[in-house]
Amino acid sequence: MTMAQTKLEISEANRRRYEELRAAGQELTPKGLPDATPLDGVPISPDAVVGREQVPAGWYATVRLRRGEALRIIDDSGRSSVALIGWREEDTSERVNCADTVKVQWSAAVSKGRVLLSDMGRVFLSLIEDTSGAHDLMVGGSTPASTRATFGATTRNTQENFLAAAAKIGLGLRDIPPCVTFFAPVSLDTEGRFLWMSGRKRPGDFVDLRAEMNLVLVLSNCAHPLDPARPAATDPVTLIRYRAPPPGSDDPCRTTSPEIVRAFEFTDRLFA
Amino acid sequence: MTGLAAPSSTPDASDAVYAHDIPAERPWSRVLKQGQTLRIIDSEGQQAVDALLYCAEDPAERYSSQDTLRVQGSAYVELGTRLISNKGRVMAHLTADSCGRHDTSAGCCSCESNAVRFGEATKYQHACRENFILELSKHGLTKRDIVANLNFFMNVPIDPSGAFTVVDGISAPGNYVDVTADMDVLFVISNCPQVNNPCNGFNPTPIRVMIWDPRET
Repeated sequence: MTMAQTKLEISEANRRRYEELRAAGQELTPKGLPDATPLDGVPISPDAVVGREQVPAGWYATVRLRRGEALRIIDDSGRSSVALIGWREEDTSERVNCADTVKVQWSAAVSKGRVLLSDMGRVFLSLIEDTSGAHDLMVGGSTPASTRATFGATTRNTQENFLAAAAKIGLGLRDIPPCVTFFAPVSLDTEGRFLWMSGRKRPGDFVDLRAEMNLVLVLSNCAHPLDPARPAATDPVTLIRYRAPPPGSDDPCRTTSPEIVRAFEFTDRLFA
Repeated sequence: MTGLAAPSSTPDASDAVYAHDIPAERPWSRVLKQGQTLRIIDSEGQQAVDALLYCAEDPAERYSSQDTLRVQGSAYVELGTRLISNKGRVMAHLTADSCGRHDTSAGCCSCESNAVRFGEATKYQHACRENFILELSKHGLTKRDIVANLNFFMNVPIDPSGAFTVVDGISAPGNYVDVTADMDVLFVISNCPQVNNPCNGFNPTPIRVMIWDPRET
């Protein structure tokens, strides 16, 4: 067998594997995802609550989660969006990574049963409950420039919130990755232009994020730059930190696809 | 020159101040002065080129995919796209493009994400993140400084449901993209070594970079 033949055979085998993964990832996996959480579903047992706070419009909160703890973020008014970044506590060069999150899951849309990945092939947070599945990983949060363009003057914004929060734990501009924004129903048309699907926001929408490693998170409660309702979109949001039930072997987030099973294996090794 | 390819200012190869072939799977970096134009040529076709930009004066200011897409209002990088920094400034813009569509949402490959996507055996294959770490180290930058990158010549359609697929590259041999610097920028490239998905046609190949000074007017 010549070298050229071998190389061709390897590339053909790799192409077959890619097509199989794609078919599974885009056809089978989405069918197996759990339904959205009902708005009145899954109350948190008072015994499990570790802490609760309200974040005023325009402000941010820094939240430390131990592995196995969860954070419920509630859009009480249905008019807020909450942008999130975060780092692994023991090594802040490891951080949430939107690109790997969408690439590995074959989807730019996250919903109940999906996960957010770090840049190190590990699971950062799992979406164990989610009422809306309407979140943005592509456009990001507001910035001084975006608020100036919208309001004619710089207002409080997510970029500066992230910078302030990062600075308070010894990090800086270099450490701010692209963010995930919850309750930000961004879609796109066939030409790739972004659309805001305001019908997908309801008062009381919430998402529960289970930490899969020890994390420092920053949450910014500022209007999403594509939200046409801004600046009226100024309401507090509620954060509830709680002890999540330990995941069983059939945990929906841990079993969605072969890729995610591997990502959890690699994550669990940090704690083995 | 035809179609999308040619603004009237298309420069002559003989006027280039710099030209270099980047071997398959290798990184490259260079400072572009404000007004200079970098041409990236997909010499053999279907080759993804991962790229990061840093403000030469203060590299904490760097390319931001989310700022770029927000300002543009759409999801793909194409002719005319302004590459926006994390401080909201225009770092560079695309002044020619014979390919038609480029990605900035899929990030770069890494040993770690390859292991997740394609199995643990692929962990020990060279990857863009390795290239970026090594090339950035020449400029005092580290893994902390790797942000969501550009993927020139990489075709990643996203449909309205969110489905996200790296599909066969659409660039033909000799396709190119011109990036003109709006400030002094450190331009860093990883000529993508990925062999597990179609971004390089399962066969990484060399690319060519050329730089021109601003044209006298």
